[in-house]
Amino acid sequence: MPESIEITVKDLNFYYSGNIHVLKKVNLPVYKNSVTALIGPSGCGKTTLLRCFNRMHDLYPNNRYEGEILIRGENILDNTMDLISLRSRIGMVFQKPTPFPMSIFDNIAYGLKLKGIKKTGDQSELVEKALQQAHLWAEVKDKLKASAYELSGGQQQRLVIARALAVNPEMLLFDEPTSALDPLSTAKIEELIEILKKQITIIIVTHNMQQAARISDWTGFLMLGELIEFDRTDKIFTTPSQKLTEDYVTGRFG
Amino acid sequence: MEEKRHINIQYDKELREVKDSLIYVGALTEKAIEQGINALLNRDTELARQVIDNDHLIDRLDIEIEEKCIRLLALRQPAAKDLRFITTAIKINGHLERIGDMAANIAEKAIILNKEPLLKPYIDLPRMAEVAQAMIKESLDAFVNEDAALAHKVRKDDEIIDNLNEQIFRELLTFMMEDPHTIHRSLIISQISKLLERVSDHAEGIADMVIYMVTGQSVRHKPASAENE
Repeated sequence: MPESIEITVKDLNFYYSGNIHVLKKVNLPVYKNSVTALIGPSGCGKTTLLRCFNRMHDLYPNNRYEGEILIRGENILDNTMDLISLRSRIGMVFQKPTPFPMSIFDNIAYGLKLKGIKKTGDQSELVEKALQQAHLWAEVKDKLKASAYELSGGQQQRLVIARALAVNPEMLLFDEPTSALDPLSTAKIEELIEILKKQITIIIVTHNMQQAARISDWTGFLMLGELIEFDRTDKIFTTPSQKLTEDYVTGRFG
Repeated sequence: MEEKRHINIQYDKELREVKDSLIYVGALTEKAIEQGINALLNRDTELARQVIDNDHLIDRLDIEIEEKCIRLLALRQPAAKDLRFITTAIKINGHLERIGDMAANIAEKAIILNKEPLLKPYIDLPRMAEVAQAMIKESLDAFVNEDAALAHKVRKDDEIIDNLNEQIFRELLTFMMEDPHTIHRSLIISQISKLLERVSDHAEGIADMVIYMVTGQSVRHKPASAENE
């Protein structure tokens, strides 16, 4: 397994609405071309942490970061950071599929246009490539002009992944990507994540611990805004070092 | 031992059932070894037959416990400590089943020896059986109390058994050299000694798994003398 660090989170504190302290001094490496899972009980801050990586919190006023998130030495929390380009470098996939109200083709071409790729030929090629990567091409190649809403939930989720992949990101963030899907669609997304990690770095937030165990290489366990333990996934699920982690992964919480 | 309960109480109950069943089988095997050796020492062929018959019960429980463990793995998807407990339980179950078989084997040998005149008074063999029984008991106590230190002691006791086994073999060798008529009986006694030596290996195997369950460290295939603990 490659071990080079893609991102370093250093003493990260995060405050909602100015003073609600949600993340407390989080330190964490994110390894390149691997899947890192963030687990923990509801309200532990895992989604908050995930959203720091592409500065989603900036969409609301009065949210405040302290500390650093370093990508190759560059602190993405800097005020000078260009958020549009950051979000195309670090894509995000949400719990519920979020296709745009347009055709399957246009859903993917949308990001390409924003990136300045306007020639139809280039677009078609990249749309096909993205759909292939998301393992959706075979299912939609004959109906690219159809509305994205005609697809099933699982297909919509793969469409959204294709849309994120089209702009060639370095990293993808998944926020509970399968919690609204049936087991078969879930298996397809999980398989896709395992294939995608060969090209990009992935962070996934999941409530499903078996899912974290199945697909991630590294796992971070958070509780009340603190990172309790971070280690290789097999270690976390067989011999965690912290009692709190042990209690959580064995279902002794509450 | 303070242990938090699972949110799902039924899960706790199922884990406890596995533990209780293993303790029960452990007691049965310990008794089987004791009776097998007593059948030999007291030349009690009737007792030897009982030991052989009772092995069916141990075999049946072996299957039952394994099924329970497989069901837990499939339905509960255990992690961390629970996962280590269940994998340990599966292995301990296998060791106990083999110990039960060996007790029956000892009883079979006792039946053969009881038909022939006594070769010599047994001195080392009962000592060996006593140590082996204590090893089974202590390895299971270590399992129940999650006591890695006791498990390490069991691993060390295996040396006592190995030494006794060698000693018995050397003694039998002198009998066989002096009088070829003793060869048949000597060989059977030597086989019993070897069976007890293997019983202690299984107890050591249980201790190995207890250490894994408690600490997450694997000590299997490492001699007890090579450890620093």
